[in-house]
Amino acid sequence: MSKVIGWIDDRFPLMKMWNEHLAEYYAPKNFNFWYFFGSLALLVLVIQIVSGIFLVMHYKPDGELAFASVEYIMRDVPYGWLIRYMHSTGATAFFVVVYLHMLRALMYGSYKKPRELIWLFGMFIYLVLMAEAFMGYLLPWGQMSYWGAQVIISLFGAIPVIGDDLTLWIRGDYVISDATLNRFFSLHVIALPLVLLFLVVAHILALHEVGSNNPDGVEIKKNKDENGIPLDGIPFHPYYTVKDIVGVVVFLFFFATVLFFFPDGGGYLLEHANFVASDPLKTPEHIAPVWYFTPFYAILRAVPDKLLGVGAMGAAIVLLFFMPWIDRCKVRSIRYRSNIYKINLAMFVVSFVVLGWLAMQHVTATITLLSQVFSLLYFAFFVILFITSKNEKTKPVPDRVT
Amino acid sequence: MSTDVVDKGRRRFLAAATGVVGAVGAGFVAVPFLASWMPSERAKNAGAPVEADISKLEEGRMMIVEWQSKPVWIVRRSQQMLDSLPKLEGNLRDPASENVDQQPEYAQNEFRSRKPEILVLIGICTHLGCSPTYRPDIAPEDLGDDWLGGFFCPCHSSRFDMAGRVYQGVPAPTNLVVPPHFYLTENTILVGEDGRAA
Repeated sequence: MSKVIGWIDDRFPLMKMWNEHLAEYYAPKNFNFWYFFGSLALLVLVIQIVSGIFLVMHYKPDGELAFASVEYIMRDVPYGWLIRYMHSTGATAFFVVVYLHMLRALMYGSYKKPRELIWLFGMFIYLVLMAEAFMGYLLPWGQMSYWGAQVIISLFGAIPVIGDDLTLWIRGDYVISDATLNRFFSLHVIALPLVLLFLVVAHILALHEVGSNNPDGVEIKKNKDENGIPLDGIPFHPYYTVKDIVGVVVFLFFFATVLFFFPDGGGYLLEHANFVASDPLKTPEHIAPVWYFTPFYAILRAVPDKLLGVGAMGAAIVLLFFMPWIDRCKVRSIRYRSNIYKINLAMFVVSFVVLGWLAMQHVTATITLLSQVFSLLYFAFFVILFITSKNEKTKPVPDRVT
Repeated sequence: MSTDVVDKGRRRFLAAATGVVGAVGAGFVAVPFLASWMPSERAKNAGAPVEADISKLEEGRMMIVEWQSKPVWIVRRSQQMLDSLPKLEGNLRDPASENVDQQPEYAQNEFRSRKPEILVLIGICTHLGCSPTYRPDIAPEDLGDDWLGGFFCPCHSSRFDMAGRVYQGVPAPTNLVVPPHFYLTENTILVGEDGRAA
């Protein structure tokens, strides 16, 4: 065995990579519950790629055949229903895991110097993931697929001067059509997954270059033993690989529960209107995006102006990219930050969740008013953070992890 | 020929020049890929005009025909609906249809139509492209007491009156589009062509 590895090592840096990223990658010893979600995101990525590869074997990206081919997968292909539900449940799981992963970063200041690039790569992953989910949702070619895509592509029409030509270019036709379906299929199964994989590698390489943050937000590389190993660090393998397996088991428990018992999530994961074939002449009575886009959709709906609405929705995402520079506090972890920050972050999380709920409701005057209030609170988070973080009253940060 | 002195300026110029030429080449290569996303010749040729027979369309009712894969609404408005139009003018963004992109010249009038009672509209919301719902009922519970009939978009609650004119304070920026159309006979409309001068 060691002979084989030696032979490979002379020609390829196998053990070097193993050591750099697993056996001799020292992670802080105080990781808690919140640190499961990075590895879980990797797991879901694998689930999506594997189930996706098998779905493509039976799916037909054609305006005439697409809807029927999905029904064919559901009814006639052996275990097709299972593979399809894995993929659709996987999309939801991906966003659950990624949102919790991002909240972790916000709580423990994981985006702060020197980890700005990790955060930026992560934000790009999130962006590509949204594009991937959106384009994937068109493929079943049901009513929600069709009208959801119609709405999202029309967002680009709000851009002055070039808007109309841009939407025409994206659709490849004067309405959503076979041309649109085909290019979205290509992007969904080839282009975006490649970009996603590249970004994930960049995200992890950047992380392993500077080292992981931790719930105390202290730099473990400041205290090293005589061998240059951080005193508060433990090798990722076997300690965290084993710990993450526990997380995987618990995660799969929840995943399988949804997969087998609630695959359509009561209409929230697979919307009822999408079991009707697309009809360009009729918009469904109630149109709402899948749950993971709803907070941004609520912001769009709250603004009674096309360009400003689209702008506000875009800003809601773009502002997150600038977190490393909006938050000017030197202390990373929420454990040692002021009450203002704690309340502000709590307000942000509540606004995000409430906005998500509001977007799923039928529009009434009250719903619109609430959407406006919580949209303001969402943006207030960034403003308050920028103003208060410069001279924030923080608690003393310990030298070592606790 | 060889010399020990490296001309750094010359080297930098050559490197930059090579880079610029390469970038221009890459730009040219990108053209066919980007252009391939524009509508194909087949897509451009689709969308021939369609004929609609309105002889069976009753007063107050709407019919839908498909033109360029878009829904085109034809409504035979009642006198009461036509009377409601002037009452709303204070609540509308563009009551006089001054935005010339939204209708042909012959529909730029108080009814936004060739014949007062027959309304022809493209049934696509000018906000984000949903197809609004026809709501001729007056003052329904969900739309409020001041609703005098019109079109309501379920996606983002934009409101339009019985001439497709947009209300103020809703996301849609402009009136619904009146497509080019003309009457072949008393009861047949050709949607998609302006026809002879009106």
